Amino acid sequence: MNEPSVVSAIAGVIRRDLLLAARRKSEPLFTLGFFVLVASLFPLSIGPEPELLRRVAPGVLWVAALLAAMLSLGRMFAADYDDGTLESIALAPVPLVAAVLGKVAAHWLVSGFPLVVVSPLLALQYGLPADVIAMLMISLLIGTPVLSLVGAIGAALTLGVRGGGVLVALLVLPLYVPTLIFGAGAVDARLAGLDPGANLSLLGACLALAALFAPPAIAAGVRIALE
Amino acid sequence: MLRAIDLECIRGTRRLFDGVSFALEPGECLFVQGPNGCGKTSLLRILCGLARPERGEVHWNAEPIRAVGEQYRAALAYCGHANALKDDLTPAENLLAAAALAGEPMQRGRARSALAALGVEQLDALPVRALSAGQKRRVALARLALTERRLWILDEPLTSLDVGAAATLAGLVDAHLGRGGIAVLTSHQPIELRVEARIFAFA
Repeated sequence: MNEPSVVSAIAGVIRRDLLLAARRKSEPLFTLGFFVLVASLFPLSIGPEPELLRRVAPGVLWVAALLAAMLSLGRMFAADYDDGTLESIALAPVPLVAAVLGKVAAHWLVSGFPLVVVSPLLALQYGLPADVIAMLMISLLIGTPVLSLVGAIGAALTLGVRGGGVLVALLVLPLYVPTLIFGAGAVDARLAGLDPGANLSLLGACLALAALFAPPAIAAGVRIALE
Repeated sequence: MLRAIDLECIRGTRRLFDGVSFALEPGECLFVQGPNGCGKTSLLRILCGLARPERGEVHWNAEPIRAVGEQYRAALAYCGHANALKDDLTPAENLLAAAALAGEPMQRGRARSALAALGVEQLDALPVRALSAGQKRRVALARLALTERRLWILDEPLTSLDVGAAATLAGLVDAHLGRGGIAVLTSHQPIELRVEARIFAFA
């Protein structure tokens, strides 16, 4: 028999989760719908003052994206935990870190990347200029994987805990703060005509740190939950 | 090959078992028996490495399973209480996904013949959600026929199987033991094997 390969295990997890998302479209659509709705409520409640809307747009859009990403964390491991597939993932002859990396990647593709794609449409409601919209997309593109990585730690730690959904929010939201500050900060800077480079670099640093340290933490959380 | 050394398991404040030791050589089958809640599943999960014993160790080829983790898991097939099937996928998709996430992607034909071994190949147009409990169990057990693993750990494999499927499973276990495999299983029903299974009974 061929040696079990880590790369094909990661690809296998991603392909399976994407297939499942395609079979059950409601969950990714909920996330997206939530993002669109929350981001649309602000212009309605604040009023149509263009200057004010432009000022709050970076923060509001980033907070909406963050809440939407968090909304989808609950099911990230819970479905696999309930039907026993998480056990078979843990017993696969490849490191568990590889499998959770695949889970996180699939989660980002299903729940994070669509937020990046629809964000320009929402930004139009706030009357943002094109270069600021581009910066919003770039910051979300770097930032949403961090949300998936860090969120997965919370999702793994709250597996099998009653009322886990609220607990995930309490655990994960404080950890989202740096991403939010640098992400919204980059867009803000571009809006004010300043150089967003520093904020983007720090956002990239968040991604690098999360990519390095989150997977072992997620794997440890999953192992504890299974014991 | 597989050795349990002085295992102790504590769940909450209760000691489930203590001083459990045995050794299994190729071709041997251990039949774990005991009343509900006596620790059969806990023992099997410890043997898999999913749970940690309070005390004692499990050895595979004279090495602790913690030390040979991936090598051990490559030799292990585990069927737990839960079927580990995705409701939204068809039986063949489930088997292919399970093989892929174990890092051993395979052709659809292999999955079909594994399903045929359990007599559920004709159900492949349906998502697992639409199957009966017994049919789901058969699909879950088809994973045993999918890949060649030395050690089978089966937790209540006969649950919701009919007489025919139980005989099929017994045949699979027999063939597995004949190839020099090892099996550990629990069941409340008798399982008819050609080889005399060693019995481990919880008091």
